[in-house]
Amino acid sequence: MLSHSGRTRLECFFLKKEDAMEIAPESQAPPSPIPKLIEDLTLLDEVSNRTAGVSRLEMCIQCGTCGGSCPSAADMDHTPRMLFAMIRAGMRKDALMSNTPWICVSCYHCVVRCPQNVHIADVMYTLKGMAIEAKLYRDSTAPDFSQTFVDMVEEYGRSFEFGLATRHYLKHFPLRLPSMAPMGFGMLTRQRMSMTPRRIKGIDQLKTILKKAKEVEAVHE
Amino acid sequence: MSKYLLYPGCSMETSARAYYDSLKAISGPVGLELEEIEDWNCCGATEYLGISLTPAYALISRNLALAAQQNHGKRAVVAPCSACYLNLAKADYYMREQPTLATHVNQALAAGGLSYTPGSLAIRHLLDVLIYDIGLDTIKSKVVRPLTGLRVAPYLGCMVPRPDYEKRWSDHEHPVELDLLLKALGAEVIDFPLKTHCCGGHMTQIGPETAFELIRRLIVSAEAHEADIMTTVCPMCQMNLDAYQGEANRYFGSAFKMPIVFFTQLMGVAFGLDPKDLGFGLELTSARKAMSRVGVETPEPPTSAPRPRKDSSLPMPKPLPTKADLAEKVEAAK
Repeated sequence: MLSHSGRTRLECFFLKKEDAMEIAPESQAPPSPIPKLIEDLTLLDEVSNRTAGVSRLEMCIQCGTCGGSCPSAADMDHTPRMLFAMIRAGMRKDALMSNTPWICVSCYHCVVRCPQNVHIADVMYTLKGMAIEAKLYRDSTAPDFSQTFVDMVEEYGRSFEFGLATRHYLKHFPLRLPSMAPMGFGMLTRQRMSMTPRRIKGIDQLKTILKKAKEVEAVHE
Repeated sequence: MSKYLLYPGCSMETSARAYYDSLKAISGPVGLELEEIEDWNCCGATEYLGISLTPAYALISRNLALAAQQNHGKRAVVAPCSACYLNLAKADYYMREQPTLATHVNQALAAGGLSYTPGSLAIRHLLDVLIYDIGLDTIKSKVVRPLTGLRVAPYLGCMVPRPDYEKRWSDHEHPVELDLLLKALGAEVIDFPLKTHCCGGHMTQIGPETAFELIRRLIVSAEAHEADIMTTVCPMCQMNLDAYQGEANRYFGSAFKMPIVFFTQLMGVAFGLDPKDLGFGLELTSARKAMSRVGVETPEPPTSAPRPRKDSSLPMPKPLPTKADLAEKVEAAK
């Protein structure tokens, strides 16, 4: 509270009690830190509610089976167990900044092994969405890839690998292009990749559906 | 004839063309009648779910709604692609588990004049239908060219046996369905310990180092078990192990040449069908050597000749004369 008077923390520490009393009136601001903490403790509910189906995230008993089963845990900032503890502790920023959901390969090993049937993979999807919304991620490669994929699907109704690959690699892996070239060339000569997108007939219907879905999502978030 | 609605998915038309071609070729012989869902759209793969919830499930559910509309007494939708299968099954299951999700999705679908009642369709994977509806006996009876002596690593990947909402598979981590099918074809099936491990999924696009390590593990294990060839049920697994094997080799300084084909391609070979109609030759890591073990010659992969130089193209500096050219010139001058 004393730091509000323009003094540093160190100066405040050496203030006599009387001096402190003097400056007290001007710092009678409404108490703030504690309610903020309580607000953050709603993070668990928020993540759980925004996950498809019944996430059962609240049921996590911190056994660590998930991290032990994870094929890509070595590349993660936090194992899923740690991440779930952070969510429960209300560490919003740290949890959303974690690269863990982006490294998750959706292999569902943890999901079938979890003794509490937590929908772990779907919680990861939720965290990705929340991180994008709050713009909290250190590396934009994965969010950009998802967004570009979705842009193509929303435009054509089908995925468009050639457009996706060129846009994505030019932006995020320009130096990888030479080593990718033989593969891309092989895919094109075998007609396993088309240079022109395919559009579904009902693209307008799909666009209407997605527009409505986004409105519904905005209301219920 | 068993009738099903088919949801092919985007990869079947492009990167997994071999899967679609071979599926069409074998469906007649085994008596599998597939009717494609009219004007289906992408399922969103593993990307849309990470962007936003309701739109992602509405995207998936448009397909379910279209299928239910087209459903002339056929209850099952068959998806050959793992990600498509999981997404369709997941949407159907979660809309039953959480009715508010179904309400939101149906609000969105209604804007496009569609609706879907969760649970009204059964979502099945192709392998599941072949094993449990068509049956191994029928498949065995069609085999005219058994794959004797071909050592095959059965590789399912993640999203078919897991999370398995309807409990259709024998096991989540070591299911035996694909092994049994390959044995019925006469192949020598290796006990592949990583049969449901991850191929890296979309990590080849966003975190290549993570993906290369997962690809390496699978190939090392298949090689250690002396497999001639790997076979899979998933377009993504095939793509990662086949097309990215070269890049993974460069990354690790390794020289793996492990071919991977779709299980329907091997079925076609065993049924005595022409390898050309089964999509052989489309793989980047050639399966020629492996298939020659069972006396099957697969088509050469397409090679393209260098483009002839156009005289009208931009002027380019001529290459410097070689020593031989100079010597010739000197000779001529003399």
